[in-house]
Amino acid sequence: MTITPVTIAFAVLAIFTLGGGLGVVSSRNMVHAALYLVLALFGVAGLYVLLEAPFLAAIQVLVYMGAIAVLITITIMVTRRIMGITESVNRQWPLAAGIAALVAVTLGFVVLGLFNGLLPVADVPPDNIEQLGAAFVSHQAYLLPFEVASVLLLAAMIGAIVVARD
Amino acid sequence: MIPLHWFLLVAAGLFSLGVYGVLARRNAVAILMSIELMLNAVNLNLVAFWRYMAPETLSGQAFAVFVFAVAAAEAAVGLALIISIYRNRETVVAEDINMLKW
Repeated sequence: MTITPVTIAFAVLAIFTLGGGLGVVSSRNMVHAALYLVLALFGVAGLYVLLEAPFLAAIQVLVYMGAIAVLITITIMVTRRIMGITESVNRQWPLAAGIAALVAVTLGFVVLGLFNGLLPVADVPPDNIEQLGAAFVSHQAYLLPFEVASVLLLAAMIGAIVVARD
Repeated sequence: MIPLHWFLLVAAGLFSLGVYGVLARRNAVAILMSIELMLNAVNLNLVAFWRYMAPETLSGQAFAVFVFAVAAAEAAVGLALIISIYRNRETVVAEDINMLKW
């Protein structure tokens, strides 16, 4: 593979993503883990840009890095009194690492066996985002799932308020 | 353009890190964060397959948007549960949360 700006960007974003993920699962300090999570989410947002899905990259930044990361940080701050003392991983961590490695090797074999070196079959249509927006409110496409997602978010909001209120 | 398998390998690595985090971490917030990593890996796969296999369709991005919505709902309810358990039991360590176990 020749080195172009795109491959360099991909390599940097992949390192952000996987390095951030490693930080999330290995940090003892939970605040550091939350910051590593933001790094991993940022890497994924950049990969969306490389995949020519700028709308999803924007949602990733707004919803994940904006809302979920802040929610997680606040939860860590209100529950942190015992955080410094405990071990970060439980006794079965070697087994967990083995299972994770098995998952990684299996997925790696599948990916390299079935999708090795595939290139895009076509270009993304220039009006892709407009089409996506129209599809969400079209009854021939995603209107029903869209409304169900709205109800789900409303239920989650009410549920979170009820559960978290003393 | 970068071949498809590089994106899929990054997603596979991210998913495996999430699996390890869910199985090994003790802090419930860390387990939720690992679940977010796995959801992100799945989303990355959806978008990568959409871009390389069927860029003229909308389903890949649409499904990714629904995964975002479900992930937001899951994070909100999960963190609310953790805060509620912390209020009642003064702990967020997963193996100490055993009120329903006997």
